[in-house]
Amino acid sequence: MSKQLDMFKTNLEEFASKHKQEIRKNPEFRVQFQDMCATIGVDPLASGKGFWSEMLGVGDFYYELGVQIIEVCLALKHQNGGLITLEELHQQVLKGRGKFAQDVSQDDLLRAIKKLKVLGSGFGIIPVGGTYLVQSVPAELNMDHTVVLQLAEKKGYVTVSEIRSSLKWETERAKQVLEHLLKEGMAWLDTQAAGEPQYWLPALFTELYSQEITPEEAQEAIP
Amino acid sequence: DQYLCNLLLKFVKFDSGVLLLSTHRLIWRDQKNHECCIAIPLSQIVFIEEQAAGIGKSAKIVAHLHPASSNKEPGPFQSSKYSYVKLSFKEHGQIEFYRRLSEEITQRRWENMPTGQTIQVNKDPQAGRIRAVGIVGIERKLEEKRKETDKNISEAFEDLSKLMEKAKEMVELSKSIANKIKEKQGDITEDETIRFKSYLLSMGIANPVTRETYGSGTHYHMQLAKQLAGILQTPLEERGGIMSLTEVYCLVNRARGLELLSPEDLVNACKMLESLKLPLRLRIFDSGVMVIELQSHNEEEMVASALETVSEKGSLTADEFAKLVGMSVLLAKERLLLAEKMGHLCRDDSVEGLRFYPNLFMTQS
Repeated sequence: MSKQLDMFKTNLEEFASKHKQEIRKNPEFRVQFQDMCATIGVDPLASGKGFWSEMLGVGDFYYELGVQIIEVCLALKHQNGGLITLEELHQQVLKGRGKFAQDVSQDDLLRAIKKLKVLGSGFGIIPVGGTYLVQSVPAELNMDHTVVLQLAEKKGYVTVSEIRSSLKWETERAKQVLEHLLKEGMAWLDTQAAGEPQYWLPALFTELYSQEITPEEAQEAIP
Repeated sequence: DQYLCNLLLKFVKFDSGVLLLSTHRLIWRDQKNHECCIAIPLSQIVFIEEQAAGIGKSAKIVAHLHPASSNKEPGPFQSSKYSYVKLSFKEHGQIEFYRRLSEEITQRRWENMPTGQTIQVNKDPQAGRIRAVGIVGIERKLEEKRKETDKNISEAFEDLSKLMEKAKEMVELSKSIANKIKEKQGDITEDETIRFKSYLLSMGIANPVTRETYGSGTHYHMQLAKQLAGILQTPLEERGGIMSLTEVYCLVNRARGLELLSPEDLVNACKMLESLKLPLRLRIFDSGVMVIELQSHNEEEMVASALETVSEKGSLTADEFAKLVGMSVLLAKERLLLAEKMGHLCRDDSVEGLRFYPNLFMTQS
């Protein structure tokens, strides 16, 4: 097999000499590349020691992105309980990278996050609405929690009545889920809302109003 | 200095010639009869494209032309149904010529340099039209650039497909080898198994062989484990002897700058720490959180001091404890959970958060 391997290495080197820039600069090309690898059963990001990483430089691109994602999530955790929309994550990561850095797409972020899961610190991806919420804490979020998050995505908050009517759940079940989200710091309770209490998701705040909140302010906001 | 050859009118094709490029025009000269040549002003060319060589056909450049102006000098043909000419490179030179021709068309030096020749040049004396020519020039450039980009991308995709075909063969080969290994379980040396695993690592193919002695580790991961032991000693001491794997990942990769570790590389290396008798170890909490500890670190002892801290304050949440002790919230929570597991603390799980109290059920009967 080592002969085949050497031959393949040469082919890859040739490809890299012609198209390495393409991979770095073109997000669509990266998607194609990743999809093709997946189809044939190859993971170009499995190891920094892999050929793909060494010769095409794909590894460094995604592993560094992983570091940036971890740092952004850590910085905002006190505010959103460890849940953040893919859009906000994207924005924050781009900000951190500066204007001379390569373009990074949401697809790139998702792939980097999938790799981070193996580190055991609770990285996960939750589909909501047409987008994704990125989880970065080892909180247990089951199907019930996910479904409520999806419901809350439209307005940034959700009430018990809405859950009952949309999902046809019993009050008890709805309350359990909401309390869990409150405990994890992923939801904030607004008891002063007209009508019934509203459970807001800070992760979804940025569209509504973006404000930098310090950990102290966050503490005070929690009932 | 330009001649039109009457004999050419008999020829259907212009074969066996030499193509010449000047700042103003493209000239084709018959190889045998040097007095016979034809030319196109470069200003007549809208854009050019390449046609790659194939089996039985040579590489070509296609030059798309503006419609001829009414005062054009007579050429080899009165008219043509085509708006382009194809230049066929039977021997070589297509690539270099294309590059030079592109340059000349882009630079448009004929606009600035008077020729002093009798050749028809598209010079428009009216100032009003010049701006239009400028815009057309830009459009042409953009068109060329777009074609160039498209061509690059499609070439890249083609090459990618071919590469993937070869990669697929490698995957198939590795599967058949893995099967052979499984069958000959006893006959394969450890060395050969390790070598095979490193091949898989290079290709990024998941390891189909059962995880035995070294897990999914290879020599690479062993070396990495030893490196990590060196790199992490001081940071661990600075952080109370324990760090989450995510912290380690960031620390190590930030320090490296290049040739970064993949998350899997890190995990695989850490799994080997204990077996290599290094002064660090990997620990996995019930929650799935993974940490690296100094061997000298004893989490259970830390629990005792955590209990003291909690008792002093009456009760603490993970956030509060983290701030007091100077730990990350993630690890603070794990310590409190461990203390709870060991029976020293008990929890009050309410909407206001998870709060830990000394377990008086244990200490006071």
